[in-house]
Amino acid sequence: MELIQFTPRRIIARLSAGIDGALLMIAVALVALGLATLYSASYDLPARVTGQAMNLLVAFGLMWLMAQIPPQTLMRFAVPAYAAGLLLLIAVALFGDVVNGARRWLHVGVTRFQPSEVMKIAMPLMLAWWFHRHEATLRAREFFVAGVMLVVPVVLIARQPDLGTAVLVAAAGFYVIFFAGLSWKVLLGVGAATLAGLAPLWGLLHDYQRRRILTLLDPTQDPLGAGYHIIQSTIAVGSGGIGGKGWLKGTQTHLEFIPEKHTDFILAVFSEEFGLVGNGLLLGLYILLIARGLMIAANAPTFFARLLAASITLTFFTYAFVNMGMVTGILPVVGVPLPFISYGGTALATLFVGIGILMSIHKHRKLVQT
Amino acid sequence: MRLAELKNHQRELYHFQLRIGIAAIAVSVAFALLAARFVYLQVIQHDFYHTKAEDNRISVVPIAPNRGLILDRNGVVLARNYSAYTLEIMPAKVADPERTVSELADVIEIQAKDRTRFRKLLQELRNAESIPIRTRLSDEEVARFAAQRYRFPGVEIKARLFRQYPKGELASHVIGYIGRINQAEKEKLDEEGQAANYRGTDFIGKTGIEASYQQELHGTAGVEQVEIDAAGRGIRTLSRTSPQSGNNLTLTLDIKLQEVAEAAFGDRRGALVAIDPTTGGVLALVSKPGFDPNLFVDGIDAASWEALNTSPDRPLNNRALTGQYPPGSTFKPFMALAALELGKRSPSYTISDPGFFSLPGVSHRWHDWKAGGHGTVDMHRSIVISCDTYYYGLGNELGIDNIHGFISRLGFGAKTGIDIDGEKPGLLPSQDWKMKRYRQKWFAGDTISVAIGQGYNLATPVQLAYATAILAANGAGYRPHLVARVENTRTGEMHSLESSPERGTSFNPAHVALLKRAMVDVTRPGGTAARAGAGAPYTFAGKTGTAQVVAMRQGEKYDEKRVAERHRDHALFIAFAPAESPKIALAVLVENGGHGSSAAAPLARAVLDYYLLGTQPESASRPADAEDEEEEAD
Repeated sequence: MELIQFTPRRIIARLSAGIDGALLMIAVALVALGLATLYSASYDLPARVTGQAMNLLVAFGLMWLMAQIPPQTLMRFAVPAYAAGLLLLIAVALFGDVVNGARRWLHVGVTRFQPSEVMKIAMPLMLAWWFHRHEATLRAREFFVAGVMLVVPVVLIARQPDLGTAVLVAAAGFYVIFFAGLSWKVLLGVGAATLAGLAPLWGLLHDYQRRRILTLLDPTQDPLGAGYHIIQSTIAVGSGGIGGKGWLKGTQTHLEFIPEKHTDFILAVFSEEFGLVGNGLLLGLYILLIARGLMIAANAPTFFARLLAASITLTFFTYAFVNMGMVTGILPVVGVPLPFISYGGTALATLFVGIGILMSIHKHRKLVQT
Repeated sequence: MRLAELKNHQRELYHFQLRIGIAAIAVSVAFALLAARFVYLQVIQHDFYHTKAEDNRISVVPIAPNRGLILDRNGVVLARNYSAYTLEIMPAKVADPERTVSELADVIEIQAKDRTRFRKLLQELRNAESIPIRTRLSDEEVARFAAQRYRFPGVEIKARLFRQYPKGELASHVIGYIGRINQAEKEKLDEEGQAANYRGTDFIGKTGIEASYQQELHGTAGVEQVEIDAAGRGIRTLSRTSPQSGNNLTLTLDIKLQEVAEAAFGDRRGALVAIDPTTGGVLALVSKPGFDPNLFVDGIDAASWEALNTSPDRPLNNRALTGQYPPGSTFKPFMALAALELGKRSPSYTISDPGFFSLPGVSHRWHDWKAGGHGTVDMHRSIVISCDTYYYGLGNELGIDNIHGFISRLGFGAKTGIDIDGEKPGLLPSQDWKMKRYRQKWFAGDTISVAIGQGYNLATPVQLAYATAILAANGAGYRPHLVARVENTRTGEMHSLESSPERGTSFNPAHVALLKRAMVDVTRPGGTAARAGAGAPYTFAGKTGTAQVVAMRQGEKYDEKRVAERHRDHALFIAFAPAESPKIALAVLVENGGHGSSAAAPLARAVLDYYLLGTQPESASRPADAEDEEEEAD
């Protein structure tokens, strides 16, 4: 008698349960632009497009899965996920594979993955849980502990070295602390202290990181070396003009002047071929995504859910801003991909897990009240 | 209690939403910043970056023009181009050129001289795009390299045009040769604003016609716009402007006459310049020994260069233009002309030659070459028998100012302006010159030696030939030149370089006729060149000369057999024929040849016979030391 439930209509209903239409459409639009750009950038490596399509399938699956898990349940994963992430980071520091001079990868069976990616979700999850737990008694001590929980993995990641991920993880954690109500005095104090601490931090940076920052200030200093990426990507963006050179017609792209054109510098490809109009569309989509995320956060029922949603949303913003700033030459080159556009399975999975969590929070906005 | 908690909760929510609002503002500001940056780059700076992207994408590749050909007056090719494969290394793309060369040696034969040349070029041409390691690859070698190509990034086979001189040593001093553009030449081209036109050109004329007509021969470079990728590989051609080949040069030179003249020299050193007196066109220009210009084309190897440079025969030296010799007795007809034109001598004036000349109050005696003298001598006889004493007296009477004034009208003491670089001006002394050069006043005795073409007197063979041609043409001086016509290879347009006479001197025809008669009699029985002139079926005007290499002490007797070969006298001869309407005028010099009559005159005869009669001499035999009617040795 219950067999009747398995009509196509029911299946669709079950599959779409918890899926937020608005978020999904924004994400699909971004992903579509991403695939089109990747297709143009991958004339030499066509497998990249099919590879990214496979990554997308996995990512959508993860999104759906996360959307089904209520925030309450998610909270239970906070501590284990964070602990596991931390252990994995320590493991990487001890036994990780070195690729391109950085120790980021860990072998798991036949594949490798970057444990730092786990932290992008585990960090806000953990801190949101922490503040939620101490919601009634938030004092300086709680913020201090949160600060420690933030700094330890960030330092581990920065030491790999992976400045891009470190920035993103630090940002995700910082957003939770900010939304938890860190007093403006402390915020300004820490800000001032950070500026004062830049000098010693400079000493901790790796040579190539320092060079990237110096090159940003004046890329022409080293036009064939460190400045090359920025100069060529700026040329690509600028030469795109208002309407762009047209899809598949970017000369900078197709004559291989753009480095990392599938990944970190894919915005240069996009800007060259779609111009200012395309960039306006892209910025608009990101704004919609962030607006929707902040709205979900504002309406979230629990402290945990609010903090998590706000943090995840602003992480999307950080991704987009840092990447676009770097490709257009106003921020240093730190390895941050363009969210939903750049090639890369892990990043895509992380992003869609975030989308899934937002969907879950949105779905459960009225079901559970504290 | 619950109310307080609720209030607390609402305040918390308010604070949270406030911060969400702040975050939204921060996001908006950040994205506005990005949007502004996009507008700046893509609208305001668009033109700048558009140009940059085009510069990135498009490489302008110069295409070197084909060098013009050099032909003789009858169209015989003297310099041409042929295509050959070269193996070239691009230094910028090779980490260790030496190692690459060693690895290449496993695939293609590379000789020590190839390596030496490569190293030399690598040092000289620091910014060169590619440097040849091997030239003229065989088809088999090309195939062998192509199969191994993957092993050698930065090494390429290129088809290049090479210069070839099919006649080898023949006329090598006229044609000259080309070589790689060196730093000094590059700077000169930059100054002349020719840098762009030479961007694809590796070679430039170094000597001879190749150098002096470099601009005509070079042509105009073409341009190809090629789309390239970041690695600099050409993807496709966007536009192409074809190069325009250099102009072909037709010389006045008759290469067969040149061959006859060079053969007549055998292995003797010297020079011969033959000019058409009616145009100034150079018919033959010999400087012996010569060299094979083909050696220079793809960089001369060190051993050959060393040999050419250190040889005591100085084969790279163009004696016809740069050799300055005392004209000796060949100067006498010009002195006689000066005397006639200036009214200092009538043809019938005679002297009684005691065998020497002396100045009043000076103990020094200027001896005639013939001990005891020639007896009674008039102007005609003074030339036929080459009487020194006649000219000692004449020179003294004319004075150096008159001599300098008149003789310079015949082209002595100044460059003739022949169209090959490096010509020397010779020396026609004057009072001023001596004061400047030696800070000494001119002595009457100085004039005595000058009068017989010795002393300070120096002339190049081309000057002698030019003066002879002026005399032959009754005073009309056409600038000696080697290029008759320039042919535009694209339009076929011909441009003649032959000009009107630039020295408008006209001499009294009676004076010139007298001298011509005397010079014809030089080659007839009784004359100093009777043997060389024997049986000539045309009127053969000539004058012998002998120039001292080592000054004789007073009273010392010159004995040819006792003097080292290189200290022997230079033999000279000037000639033109047919005397009544000269078609050819020439000057011959045989270094250390001894007497003009025996060593130089027969060469002139061979050249005249071929040019006027078309007969080849049976053999370029060295004339025996047989005595002429009268031997000259001043």
